[in-house]
Amino acid sequence: MKKVFGRPRFLKKTPFHYCAGCGHSIIHRIITEVIEEMEIQERVIGIPPAGCSVFAYYYFDVDMAESAHGRGAAVATGYKRAYPEAVVFTYQGDGDLAAIGTAEVIHTANRGENITGFFVNNAVYGMTGGQMAPTTLCDQTTTTSPFGRDPRMEGYPLKISEMIAPLNGVAYIERTAVTTPAGIRKTKKAVRKAFETQIRGLGFSLVEMLSPCPVNWKMSPLESWQWVEQVMTKEYPLGVIKDATGAGNAG
Amino acid sequence: MDGNSAAGEGAIRAGCQCYFGYPITPQNELTEYMAANMSRRKGCAFIQAESEVAAINMVYGASLAGTRAMTSSSSPGMSLKQEGISYLAGSELPAVIVNISRGGPGLGSIAAAQSDYFQATRGGGHGDYRTIVLAPASVQEIVDHTHMAFDLADKWLMPVIVLADGMLGQMKEPVQFHHEAPEVLPIRANALRGAKGRPSRFIRTCTSNVSEVEDLNWSLFRRYQLIQKEETAFDAFEVEDAEMIVVAFGIAARMAKGAVKNARKDGLRVGLLRPVTLWPFPYDVIGELGDRVKQFLVFEMSMGQMLEDVQLALKNKAEVSFYGRPGGVIPTSSEVHRVISRLYFQKGLGRL
Repeated sequence: MKKVFGRPRFLKKTPFHYCAGCGHSIIHRIITEVIEEMEIQERVIGIPPAGCSVFAYYYFDVDMAESAHGRGAAVATGYKRAYPEAVVFTYQGDGDLAAIGTAEVIHTANRGENITGFFVNNAVYGMTGGQMAPTTLCDQTTTTSPFGRDPRMEGYPLKISEMIAPLNGVAYIERTAVTTPAGIRKTKKAVRKAFETQIRGLGFSLVEMLSPCPVNWKMSPLESWQWVEQVMTKEYPLGVIKDATGAGNAG
Repeated sequence: MDGNSAAGEGAIRAGCQCYFGYPITPQNELTEYMAANMSRRKGCAFIQAESEVAAINMVYGASLAGTRAMTSSSSPGMSLKQEGISYLAGSELPAVIVNISRGGPGLGSIAAAQSDYFQATRGGGHGDYRTIVLAPASVQEIVDHTHMAFDLADKWLMPVIVLADGMLGQMKEPVQFHHEAPEVLPIRANALRGAKGRPSRFIRTCTSNVSEVEDLNWSLFRRYQLIQKEETAFDAFEVEDAEMIVVAFGIAARMAKGAVKNARKDGLRVGLLRPVTLWPFPYDVIGELGDRVKQFLVFEMSMGQMLEDVQLALKNKAEVSFYGRPGGVIPTSSEVHRVISRLYFQKGLGRL
């Protein structure tokens, strides 16, 4: 009988530590499925961040190395320059990539480094307990914006993907959400296209994935998934933000 | 050749494949040398990074891939690199970091100083770790120590710091290179280069299991004990019959050596002990000298940092005096000569 669905080969059989309803486990699955389909497992290096996904190396069955908070793009740059045949990806949250690692991601993108960033945007600092992130929406309540984010004091949601898209070194950026079957399929296509962009040597590629964080949002998993679809996507519209690969849209 | 360029050429001949830098005076000639000589070299990588923080993290990435990687900076930039150095130490990854130090604290001055001694020898960043610290005293030694630093880093799987200063970096001296740049650049065995023909691996410092972190600390500690036993290096000059010993490192030891020679001409029985490795520090040899010699003079271009290690080594067996010029002021050899003479006669040394 033909097997139509199974566990991705490069997802270890370790139970996830992620909270119920969290998007990380879905994203892990998507990335490992693509690694398997593209047969790049022997030359993939993943750089997980500090944050909820710090233990990503417990789940990905490919070589991985931890990075300091926010420095994933710099670590990936050094690795890729030292070993250009590798397929290098960073896995970074919004606190990591959009706050402390802003300089690193901008300059890595601007140099057109042939690496791929997987940017998981859940609009809060997850691991440290739900503090405000640069991506937190206006009026959104967090532990450090207990009365809601007030843009007059705390600024506006930072749209890193749109910010770096105009840079010449950037080949491909797409924003997806992992909260619907259609969104998951689009995310998978985007992940594949980002890896392909890197392998073709076209420059920096990034997939921003809107991802639910029910525990820190103080919502049920279902409510959090609806919130991504109904609220978050208004601030962070889905779709291809830049495609200079000459290969058409991924989605 | 100037000391900065010499460090660059020394690194290239040691098989350095990746260099990541950021401009800061007085080490710019090193970054510029690497830009000119690494970026077009086959298989080599040069990046002028967006910050010292990015540069050291690029080194971390290149070291993960098993290549010989280096960065360089000067004091304020070294403070920024401490995050990455801590991660390199915790991940047991080799790397070479050259510090052409200058006066501090803060932005300080751009002139030579030795006030990064504490930062270099005590780990410098967060957590329980050490780095091997080499202190050249000439441009030739910059070449030799840079080469040695790569070998030591690979041997002990840890970051190694070459601690020179703005004067050594800027001054020109004739140098000899004893190595040709390798045809095939070395790649460390067991480097993380993809799960090909073996199960996947990961490198990390973070774990939720505190006993794993405790184990890492013990394993590092035992390695550091071995390093103290095997790698401690020093240079002793005229100490055999000395009644007073000057302890100095780096460029200060060079000045002190001239002063000691002149004091000897005056008939003063003075010697010089120069730690070549600042960590591991030659505690034993200084302690043994303290059984016989009762007067020491520590001379540093700082307010007295290595001084504390000399005091630790001597355990109150001998009197320790200090002379220092901090902030980037360059003392002269005759100034040190005067200090030596005054102290020698003040303490009533040289009398039968």
